[in-house]
Amino acid sequence: MSALLTVEDLKVSFPTRTGLVEAVRGVSFTLGRERLGIVGESGSGKSQTGRAIMGLTPGHAQVTAKQLNFDGIDLLSASPKVRRDLRGKRIAMILQDPKYSLNPVMSIGRQIVETLRQHENVSRGEARERALDMLAAVQIRDPKRVYDLYPHEVSGGMGQRAMIAMMLVAGPELLIADEPTSALDVTVQLEVLGILDKLVADRGMGLIFVSHDLRLVSSFCDRVIVMYAGRIVEELAASELANAKHPYTQGLLNCMPAIGSDRHPLPVLDRKPEWAQ
Amino acid sequence: MTSAVSVSNLSVTYDEFKALNDVSVEIAPGESFGLVGESGSGKSTLLRAIAGLAPVTGGTIRVHDRVLQGAKRDKAFYRAVQMVFQDPYGSLHPRQTIDRQLLEPLAIHGVADGERRILKALDEVGLGSGFRFRYPHQLSGGQRQRVAIARALILEPSILLLDEPTSALDASVQAEVLNLLEQVRRDHKLTFIMVSHDLGVVTHMCDRLAVMQGGRVVERLSSADLVAGRIGEDYTRSLMVASKGFQRKDAAVTA
Repeated sequence: MSALLTVEDLKVSFPTRTGLVEAVRGVSFTLGRERLGIVGESGSGKSQTGRAIMGLTPGHAQVTAKQLNFDGIDLLSASPKVRRDLRGKRIAMILQDPKYSLNPVMSIGRQIVETLRQHENVSRGEARERALDMLAAVQIRDPKRVYDLYPHEVSGGMGQRAMIAMMLVAGPELLIADEPTSALDVTVQLEVLGILDKLVADRGMGLIFVSHDLRLVSSFCDRVIVMYAGRIVEELAASELANAKHPYTQGLLNCMPAIGSDRHPLPVLDRKPEWAQ
Repeated sequence: MTSAVSVSNLSVTYDEFKALNDVSVEIAPGESFGLVGESGSGKSTLLRAIAGLAPVTGGTIRVHDRVLQGAKRDKAFYRAVQMVFQDPYGSLHPRQTIDRQLLEPLAIHGVADGERRILKALDEVGLGSGFRFRYPHQLSGGQRQRVAIARALILEPSILLLDEPTSALDASVQAEVLNLLEQVRRDHKLTFIMVSHDLGVVTHMCDRLAVMQGGRVVERLSSADLVAGRIGEDYTRSLMVASKGFQRKDAAVTA
């Protein structure tokens, strides 16, 4: 299996008034056409890893890597034009909250068409057809109606489906989902994950699923990377999660209250400074 | 009757929309009661109606056997009932220090020993006095939620209304805040009414719970019943399935 994405020793740091903040400190992994989960707490650098791959790191930040290679293209030395062409076309990203990440003054249909026409030379009519097909593919019952709605007129679950439609309409090979369901209800969460799962499987995409919910990630992905303080502390197959060795991974697993387990008080993470070494 | 909170046949209407439709619940003193349901089921509205933050159009709310009329609440009510909101980023004043936010309820209620109470409240929620003169933006989400809990506790209420107190937090921080809530409930013999869409959290924290859907209570059951699977309604069962995490369709068929 040839690697779709190779990341070697990725570092992202932000210069601030009080010194350099190192958000990601040497992350390496390779991704084929598989589902990879990246798990960690707030501030562990999981989102910044996804953003660096996408090329959305803020301008003042420093991104370095021995290798950041997407299908033979060196992302770090690529020109802005090359990266623009990749972004949305071959690498797409689903963000956490549809309330903030959709354009509030543009109808949902037009946003999907905009993505498509940015990357492909298609006629207006054809673009509209493909946008409607895509809305149907994310199981929106009445695509024609939703096409003309604005983001504030739809529910969170519907908005997130629209975002998935928008990200998949250009047929990307790599999808980065940054907490795609954290802003949604439990019941809607499963629907959206089901849709995402089906589309990723049908189209043979590579998926990077970023989340703080270790259980959710392990039920969704093939492989899981656990991050702490900007580093990978453990990498394991999702099915092997019960045999996790690192105390941080075990802590993340144990701290969730589960139905039927009567543990008072809940075990909490005892963060050790040597984990960050 | 000796209920801490008694709600009977309560309706709340926003314009034409019935957010709550004939809802009745009884919560005993010292009990921890959970409200679960999806977005729009009315679980938060019920909490807000008790606090006087929703337009009640029918039914009665009793707190400690006193009938509450309309949306107006007197000072005695707020001394007995306090609320913790979902979003710790939105529920603290961004330009006031923690000290000022904790002082405000004390000033309103004319409590004299503010100094001692603030230090005690901060200590209770596991924030040292070093946090006293910081601003909310200098704190993490979990620390802010601790401040919100300290603010609710500072008047020494007997009932705490908790509206999704941990859903904006990371899993690991959630465990810390849940442990804190259990601790303060034990120490102060508090009555909890807790809203959450996470059945794991509710069964962990609460003795009894009500399942809501479309502005109605569809089922009342104890956490033990829920854990043992003694469930009467399909809707509750679907929430149970949802809380077990993602399962692939084909895997579910073979299982």
